[in-house]
Amino acid sequence: MLLEIKDLHVSYGAIRALSGISFNINKGEIVALIGANGAGKSTTLRTISGLIKPAKGSIFYKGMELTKLPPHKIVEAGISQVPEGRRVFPDMTVMENLEMGAYTRKDKAEIKESLKSVFKRFPRLEERKCQLAGTLSGGEQQMLAMGRALMARPDVMLLDEPSMGLAPMLVKEIFNIIKDINQTGTTILLVEQNAHMALSISDRAYVLETGNIVLSGRADELAHNEQVRKAYLGED
Amino acid sequence: MFEQQIINGLTLGSVYALIALGYTMVYGIIQLINFAHGEIYMIGAFTGVMMVTVLGQGFFGSIIGAMIVCIILGVLLERTAYRPLRKSTRLAALISAIGASIFLQNAMLLWKGPQPVGFPQVINDAIYHIGSIEITKIQLIILVTSAVLMALLNYIVKYVKIGKAMRAASQDYDTASLMGININSVISFTFALGSALAAAGGVLVGMYFNSVAPLMGVMAGLKAFCAAVLGGIGSIPGAMLGGIFLGVAETMGVAAGLSTYKDAIAFTLLIIVLLFKPTGLLGKPIQRKV
Ligand SMILES: Nc1ncnc2c1ncn2[C@@H]1O[C@H](COP(=O)(O)OP(=O)(O)OP(=O)(O)O)[C@@H](O)[C@H]1O
Ligand SMILES: [Mg+2]
Repeated sequence: MLLEIKDLHVSYGAIRALSGISFNINKGEIVALIGANGAGKSTTLRTISGLIKPAKGSIFYKGMELTKLPPHKIVEAGISQVPEGRRVFPDMTVMENLEMGAYTRKDKAEIKESLKSVFKRFPRLEERKCQLAGTLSGGEQQMLAMGRALMARPDVMLLDEPSMGLAPMLVKEIFNIIKDINQTGTTILLVEQNAHMALSISDRAYVLETGNIVLSGRADELAHNEQVRKAYLGED
Repeated sequence: MFEQQIINGLTLGSVYALIALGYTMVYGIIQLINFAHGEIYMIGAFTGVMMVTVLGQGFFGSIIGAMIVCIILGVLLERTAYRPLRKSTRLAALISAIGASIFLQNAMLLWKGPQPVGFPQVINDAIYHIGSIEITKIQLIILVTSAVLMALLNYIVKYVKIGKAMRAASQDYDTASLMGININSVISFTFALGSALAAAGGVLVGMYFNSVAPLMGVMAGLKAFCAAVLGGIGSIPGAMLGGIFLGVAETMGVAAGLSTYKDAIAFTLLIIVLLFKPTGLLGKPIQRKV
């Protein structure tokens, strides 16, 4: 097990967002975390990245207890996040955004290699490397946010709704890229409302409902599960 | 004479700009008006004097010594007065800033007394003539030193890794942390930069007016703050422009016979500019949210 989340409780003041969820991710997997608005998906990712400290529970990763570490140490340990809504730095150029992704790395030559491979994966970013990120289209910003996370050369990538607000063609492209990133050795935790697409590329999935995990299993099985089809795939 | 007033205004303005930069950088990153910034400038000026009188340093030793002392002071100030309040309301931090300012003023009053102290002469009073303009050696040194420091700052913020991290953090804290940026170090670094510039400003002004006093930071700090808001708080080029603009305007005003109202010029200008452009000259329209 690469990442193990145990009995995680998170609250925002009086609002309870997670009420004791446990799940795990094995090395090399794509695991999807699906659920409706407000289920606690982003909260889960933000807690793994150390932006929120849980009231109770633990997160184990490579023998470390992540809940005791500040966010920058968690990035150093090999976990990168592509946050909800992309969150590129709007007043910095594409190139500077990518450089920020590699902030914890010191190996100049290898950073150059990573940059090359990001540009190979997202040729549009190379064409626009001097453009301010705030002026990119939504799709380009998503690519930049992903490229930026890749610049850290992470072992685990957390993706928060990468398909949000994108045209169907682009959604397909983004999901193909996620699959490809996984095949080059990066473990992926994918948060999505687009359950159909998420299940189609994942190995396993967990279903989150108001702060609790209510279902889990192999992605292909969940895709055929009656409950999931009704609630998340919009079928009846 | 117009050109002469421009030179005098630029001299004063570049010092306002040096101080204004500290306000704007700190505001950019933690949205706090660091009211104790004027006191850092004042302590910089005193350190400059002591570098000369106690340690026998010249111009460079004086300015470098003041910068080092103020970097330490600025970083300590953030640690003790602001960091513990980072998660509280903005008002709490603001009150803490005012408290720190009063504390530092009174500490210096207690130590040095209220009388101004002269700045020992480390630069001779040579005067250069360019056409009809007279420029004193100290004016030239102020202009050159400020220009060099601002160019250096610009370089750090644009091209050096920690400077870029500063910009990233001032745009989005959480995402900057997700890049592996240690926000606390970046904030400390910001205070260090701002304090170093204020220290340099203090020493330059001390030499220019040949006088240093525990309350000198009050009016200078207030005016530099005006300059920062005038230029667009949070904007580095804005603080530079605002400082220069204010310095020139104030000098012109005095030359035009308004010397009684000298200190009011800055505030009047601020009100006028804000009426027409509420975000300041180079300020962004409204914080964007993705
Ligand atoms: N900063 C906050 N302050 C207070 N409550 C919050 C905060 N962030 C999230 N919440 C609450 O916590 C719960 C879980 O939110 P979260 O953002 O994790 O949901 P989500 O599953 O990511 O939803 P979505 O699909 O809409 O992004 C929600 O009820 C939300 O209102
Ligand atoms: Mg969310």
